[in-house]
Amino acid sequence: MKAAVIVFPGSNCDRDVQVALKQAVGRQSMGREPLMVWHKETTFDPVDLIVLPGGFSYGDYLRCGAMAANSPVMKEVVARAAKGVAVLGICNGFQMLTETGLVPGVLMRNADLRFVCRDVTVKVETSQSLFTAKYEQGQAIRIPVAHHDGNYFADDDTLAAMEDRGQIAFRYCDAEGEITVEANPNGSRRNIAGVYNETKTVLGLMPHPERLADARLGGSDGRPLFDGLVEALS
Amino acid sequence: MKARVHVTLKNGVLDPQGKAIEQALGALGFNGVEDVRQGKVIEFSLAERDPSKARADVEAMCQKLLANTVIENYAIELDG
Repeated sequence: MKAAVIVFPGSNCDRDVQVALKQAVGRQSMGREPLMVWHKETTFDPVDLIVLPGGFSYGDYLRCGAMAANSPVMKEVVARAAKGVAVLGICNGFQMLTETGLVPGVLMRNADLRFVCRDVTVKVETSQSLFTAKYEQGQAIRIPVAHHDGNYFADDDTLAAMEDRGQIAFRYCDAEGEITVEANPNGSRRNIAGVYNETKTVLGLMPHPERLADARLGGSDGRPLFDGLVEALS
Repeated sequence: MKARVHVTLKNGVLDPQGKAIEQALGALGFNGVEDVRQGKVIEFSLAERDPSKARADVEAMCQKLLANTVIENYAIELDG
């Protein structure tokens, strides 16, 4: 697997995700080191996975992710996603995915208006995807969130269609895996923490798997996501 | 020509910032304030002189960037 991490002005998780990918590639002795691509590029080498990292691209001006969604490299990202190249958007990257329309819905200001920065547990809704094959369906994993605008919204019809197609990737849950109001850190509808596009080749999620992908940092529940991608795409 | 775009949240979309403003107004003693909704105003000048062309341009700007039509409505004012 070869991945490209797109770097925007204001990205701050680009290096973390680069390291997580590099470690996954090394563990499995497959794939190559990720490519770092500056947002002004209009093309880049063929890759199997494109990562839109977390951060505060363009200072979150206008709406989070709105400027990045219109930056030069994004046309190429959207074109490749349409051809089936896997795309992973984490936090600010998820906001970009909604702004480009690669995944449905939108991420609004957190319901309690506070920036939330802590570990949460999320339930893996399905293991039938490129991104989650190394997890068990229904497994509750511990992953950090750090965002001000992670309140997922889509209208009732859109949500119903997404549920039917299995497009919900992760939901905030308690330690036992129960989907509760208390476990929802930001007011997201139906506790949604991550969603797929219709073909499940694009995943956007608010939690940061790259921040808990190394046991030395206090946990490794994010690691199977990267291991699964390397295995599936090599 | 001057353009002014008002971006507001659609009905039915919760507006926690509007709610916070409403509560703060109540705390300041302004009674009877309800249904506060926060939006934004974006102003700019246009070289285009023809009002109908200008409106079409601004409409396209709203669709492509200025508003996220999943949750927001927009209204366009042209002047001059």
